[in-house]
Amino acid sequence: MCTTCGCGIGQTLIGGHALRKPHKPGVEMHYRARELSATHAHSHTPAHNTINFGAGLAGTHAPGLSQARIVKIERDILSKNNGYADENRRYFSAHGIFALNLVSSPGSGKTTLLVKTIMALNGSQPLAVIEGDQQTDNDAARIRAAGAPALQINTGRGCHLDALMIGQAMQRLDLKDDSLLLIENVGNLVCPASFDLGEAHKVVIFSVTEGEDKPLKYPDMFRAADLMLLSKCDLLPHLDFDAKLAVENARRVNPNIQVIRVSASSGEGLAEWLDWIAAGCHDAVAAKPPAV
Amino acid sequence: MHEMSIAESVLQIIEDTARAEGCARVKTVWLEIGQLACVEKEALRFCFDAVTQDSIARDARLEILEIAGQGRCIECACNVAVTARYEPCPNCGSLQIQVTGGEEMRVKELEVE
Repeated sequence: MCTTCGCGIGQTLIGGHALRKPHKPGVEMHYRARELSATHAHSHTPAHNTINFGAGLAGTHAPGLSQARIVKIERDILSKNNGYADENRRYFSAHGIFALNLVSSPGSGKTTLLVKTIMALNGSQPLAVIEGDQQTDNDAARIRAAGAPALQINTGRGCHLDALMIGQAMQRLDLKDDSLLLIENVGNLVCPASFDLGEAHKVVIFSVTEGEDKPLKYPDMFRAADLMLLSKCDLLPHLDFDAKLAVENARRVNPNIQVIRVSASSGEGLAEWLDWIAAGCHDAVAAKPPAV
Repeated sequence: MHEMSIAESVLQIIEDTARAEGCARVKTVWLEIGQLACVEKEALRFCFDAVTQDSIARDARLEILEIAGQGRCIECACNVAVTARYEPCPNCGSLQIQVTGGEEMRVKELEVE
């Protein structure tokens, strides 16, 4: 097993530059100290003629042992990531930006669908793209060729994007107010489910060349997503894939998931997908606090 | 393999606390991990040992307290135990189950000296 997997710092590159040292997110730590006596039930009432070696803070009395105590923390393990995600989300909402986190297994057609989406929007909607991959700048280059600003994050050995990477990428992308931000996560149906980036929605792309039972095999991701794009639908006539069963399986893990069937090749479903995006952008702008 | 990131977040919380508390060593770490949290416990143990090697929590004991998955069936309004995301309600068979517990992932307490 790789001992640097997911650690980010040192391996992660944003547009070819190293990830900067993280700043302190605005997360409060709550803890309270407690004596260990709760696990130490019998009483130690010192007699007058007793030299008490156990009068330390925690009442430890074994010779040679130092003063152990229990510190209560009750802190969420992902609190640091969530703190950065909240910062991103606040920025998005203050600037009317509609951010989507696109997740899928590798090879589902995320980048192709993005390229088609950008071409279909044809400059009518200001947008930017953040591309996440372990290595190479290939996807960002494809997006730029399609006419949209794109920044590549290379996660090195990391298996997902986190909110700090997105925060730093946002600073370099010069995001326009009232724009659309498409974040293409690392192709992985497991880890990105746990890491909030501050997006409005996770969108899971599920291609018909995969198995119908993928939502059951990777339920966390399908549960975390609000929209499922069933992609490569132009191939359905050539496959045994049961699209109805695939949707049923997705709804079994997430009864509220919306589904759009799409094909980047034939253009099927693209209009519906663009309408969905337009509605989200409209709501993001409408919810923007008035300029002071 | 996001368990490595999670183990690093745990270590960060431990180090922050150790600094604030002025302690020299962390002996035991208690985590609360929900049954439905996206974490593989054994992988987390492996990663915890790896990331704490040269830290204040070197050789610390890792205690994982598992929190059972709980949900509420939207159809029949009963409370159900949830062990997997796609299980139907044992009472009415509905799949409309809202998870109400078992997704948490917390550092609960530390034994320090």
